[in-house]
Amino acid sequence: MEYKAIDLHKDPRFKIANREALIGVVLVIINFTWWYGFAYGLGSAPPEEYTFIMGLPAWFFYSCVAGFVLMVVLVVLAVKFLFTDVPFDDEEEERR
Amino acid sequence: MNTAVIISLTGFLILIFMIGIWSSRNVNRKGSGFLQEYFLGSRELGGFILAMTMIATYGSASSFIGGPGVAYTEGLGWVLLAMAQVATGYFVLMVLGKKFAIMARKYNALTLVDFLKHRYNSKAVVLFSAFSIIIFLFSAMAAQWVGGARLIESLTGLTYTSALFIFAVAVLIYVILGGFRAVVLTDTVQGVVMVGGTLVILIGTIIAGGGITNIMNDLMAENPNLVTPFGAEGNLTPAYVSSFWILVGVGVVALPQVTVRAMSYRNSQAMHRALIVGTVVVGFIMLGMHLIGVFARPIIPGVETGDHVMPMIAMEVLPAWVAGIVLAAPLAAIMSTVDSLLLLVSSAVVKDVYLNYIKPDASVRRVKQISFGVTAVLGVLVFALALSPPDLLIWLNLFAFGGLEAAFIWPVIFGLYWNKANKYGAFLSMIAGVFSYVLIHQFWPDPFGMHSVVLPVVLSFVCFVAGSLFTQGKSEKPLHM
Repeated sequence: MEYKAIDLHKDPRFKIANREALIGVVLVIINFTWWYGFAYGLGSAPPEEYTFIMGLPAWFFYSCVAGFVLMVVLVVLAVKFLFTDVPFDDEEEERR
Repeated sequence: MNTAVIISLTGFLILIFMIGIWSSRNVNRKGSGFLQEYFLGSRELGGFILAMTMIATYGSASSFIGGPGVAYTEGLGWVLLAMAQVATGYFVLMVLGKKFAIMARKYNALTLVDFLKHRYNSKAVVLFSAFSIIIFLFSAMAAQWVGGARLIESLTGLTYTSALFIFAVAVLIYVILGGFRAVVLTDTVQGVVMVGGTLVILIGTIIAGGGITNIMNDLMAENPNLVTPFGAEGNLTPAYVSSFWILVGVGVVALPQVTVRAMSYRNSQAMHRALIVGTVVVGFIMLGMHLIGVFARPIIPGVETGDHVMPMIAMEVLPAWVAGIVLAAPLAAIMSTVDSLLLLVSSAVVKDVYLNYIKPDASVRRVKQISFGVTAVLGVLVFALALSPPDLLIWLNLFAFGGLEAAFIWPVIFGLYWNKANKYGAFLSMIAGVFSYVLIHQFWPDPFGMHSVVLPVVLSFVCFVAGSLFTQGKSEKPLHM
């Protein structure tokens, strides 16, 4: 592997980057599950039996409104506690 | 009524125009870093600007005109579908994130194609990617111009040709003069206008409808399906709606106009800030805009053409001068998409084709002339095509986003995260992705009840993995710096 100009695993910054990419994937899975579960879990009932929150059908409120707020909270928490600052430019001299 | 609208829109155009002129000082100041500046703004983007430019670029005519129009017809089910886009707010930056930024700097890459060129070291990959970008994005751009001109036409009463002319001249001048920096700065203003516009129209619409509860009761009385997740006719199936997570959610990671922004941030703090701002703003705009479409139904019943819903509801629920300011939002969305596509297509021509294969040793002066020239020629060409759009253009535009996603998603993802990824896998997956998407879209729409982008993405995944594994050990060498 020594011929590789950039080894995808060696650089310690890439370990951080890989972990953060994985966090992104986990967040999407949470996002999708929440969105799907509430939308089709509550929304499959006949419309006459719907309950309403703030004027919106409960399925929609939980899936789209609360789901959006939840994702904002999770993204803020992930960025504040799990993301690490790394320099991008230590290879400055290699730039043409 | 129209005078107020015209005055607000003119004010908006002048503002955008001035930002472009102001940005052009940077292009001229930095002599040697011209390409970095013109096509990437010298990698100096801060967090807020980064978030706004991603959203403004991505949120096109469809989010502001087309999407709410469909929501008007389909009801809350379409808002549910649109909310798949919340994922783009964080997913793209988290996945491309630091690794893409670091690798792009190491490779000195200015475009997505540059990245692929250094990662895979293959002429075939470079030429096929540049070709796909030019063809698909050129068509997408032309379609947006048509949308922009139609919007100006319907708001001001000008003829289509003069509306298109005003639109084209405004966009061309600031892009040619200011390059990427002008594009992202105008995007930021346009993004702010989009957020403000969404908020104002949403509040106006809720008040005009007598509150959300009242609007929901009206919808239930008209057709109970409008408040279910299944659409007015009950034919939005869970499989179909969920498959949009690929097209407008996670697949966006492969769109060249989005990836180029993931190369341009200043540092990791900027990226972190953009993650938060981006998620909040994209979610708010998508939820707000599509809800406006649904809420508009009891207020302005019987609109036949979905594209008219947004301008009509703004005129209906807001005072004329406010409507004028707010209707700059969809115009902003269209302009900010068009300007990025224009710059991206010209970077594909100048950087990926001309500098790679035609004249690698061109002088800075020459490169500068070519960049301005190509951008201008492309602009004029799009203008000419948008005057009376040929069928081929409309046909190609249908494939633009799905086609690019099918082409680039695996070469980008595996290029970043899989050491065994090589040029054979990349090329095979690009070819398989693009052609299977075009074929499936034409001959087998919505296979298994899903959007036609899903199967090509799966197929190109299989081709990539198989292609790379079968050719391990063949002498392929990523470029050294």
